[in-house]
Amino acid sequence: MSEQKRSFSHVIRERYCKGCSVCVAFCPKQVLVLKNGKVFAERPEQCIGCRLCEMRCPDYAIEIVETGLDKPVEKDAACVDYSVPPEANHA
Amino acid sequence: MSESLDYFRQNRLPHIWCPGCGHGTVTGALTRTLAKLGIDKNNVVVVSGIGCSSRASGYLDFDTIHTAHGRAIAFATGIKLSRPDMKVIVMTGDGDCTAIGGNHFIHAARRNIDITTIVMNNSNYGMTSGQYSPMTPTGMLGTTAPYGNVERPFDLGKLAIACGATYVGRSTSYHVQLLGELLEKALLNKGFSVVEAVVGCPTYFGRKNKLGGAVDMFTWQKDHAVNVKAAAVMAPEKLEGKFLIGELYNQAAPEFTAQYDALIESVRRKFDNFQGGVRGCAQNSD
Ligand SMILES: Cc1ncc(C[n+]2csc(CCOP(=O)(O)OP(=O)(O)O)c2C)c(N)n1
Ligand code: SF4
Ligand code: SF4
Ligand code: SF4
Ligand SMILES: [Mg+2]
Repeated sequence: MSEQKRSFSHVIRERYCKGCSVCVAFCPKQVLVLKNGKVFAERPEQCIGCRLCEMRCPDYAIEIVETGLDKPVEKDAACVDYSVPPEANHA
Repeated sequence: MSESLDYFRQNRLPHIWCPGCGHGTVTGALTRTLAKLGIDKNNVVVVSGIGCSSRASGYLDFDTIHTAHGRAIAFATGIKLSRPDMKVIVMTGDGDCTAIGGNHFIHAARRNIDITTIVMNNSNYGMTSGQYSPMTPTGMLGTTAPYGNVERPFDLGKLAIACGATYVGRSTSYHVQLLGELLEKALLNKGFSVVEAVVGCPTYFGRKNKLGGAVDMFTWQKDHAVNVKAAAVMAPEKLEGKFLIGELYNQAAPEFTAQYDALIESVRRKFDNFQGGVRGCAQNSD
């Protein structure tokens, strides 16, 4: 076991995903599919972490986190406190 | 990405743009670039006009102003002159920037004022349901061009260079990494910077011209864009029907607000040397 395989996990914010399929169509490793109109990581073990899905997504609905190094801090739309206006966090 | 989401008003997500609309990809590229550069969000002002693309200002978590149609650059000029320390970014569309706002655009470029202008070019007026714009290619359909557009489109890159912009680049929503690189250089350029992002409007331009859905519009960009570096060694007939992406121009020139500050300084010095700075009118003798 000389070569260590990097692994990635996919944070998906279903509430934001509009099912446009852009991430699915251009993933170089066919990792993603649409399931019930939302993106789903069907073959996460094939992901090479290029983040093209994340960058092309028009909706901030998918994010790649490298696992194995640090555990991802799962941040889902459901966890955001919408009662706090973003301006409140300004210095 | 979580860091870049900090620059977005997350309570406004999901945003209003249609599924697969390239405006979202461009806005994402901007927030990622600002996060990468570590720019303090209190030092950024985003200004936009009217259009689907211009709605970006309402989503970005900076001091933002959503102005009148075509007038984003005029407002941005005022903001930059009063607060030259701020980073001023204009988010605009092909219609907003080159039709009603064309005059502001050419003069801001001529002055080389330090504003970064991001033009989301979807080849039509998306917001008002697909009229042709000054950047709709000849022959394409629009609600105001039912038999095909007879006009010739602007080449925004050439226009910006001819008018005096000091940084000009073009990319697409498909070439999102390149888009990020261009945005980074544009934001760091001290002067008028223009980045044109060729994007798809699947809802109007795509449907009217039977180009398919969002994925097909991204594929179209992939197939029709040629990097300037590759184009330099390509035969002209191979470039037929294609458009250039990459850094189109990058050359420093005196910046407007810096020149203006220098002028104020020199005038002030002149008056201060005059009798201890008495500024009263000489004729006001009593
Ligand atoms: C003074 C004025 N004239 C016309 C309009 C109608 N109008 C709204 S958006 C728009 C065009 C927007 O096109 P573009 O800038 O390309 O934005 P897109 O929606 O394509 O992103 C027009 C003509 C207006 N709002 N105000
Ligand atoms: S990071 Fe790259 S390989 Fe992994 S899912 Fe996204 S596009 Fe596919
Ligand atoms: S994750 Fe983004 S790119 Fe993928 S289908 Fe959903 S909205 Fe479209
Ligand atoms: S109408 Fe066109 S430009 Fe406007 S949000 Fe929809 S796809 Fe985007
Ligand atoms: Mg437009």
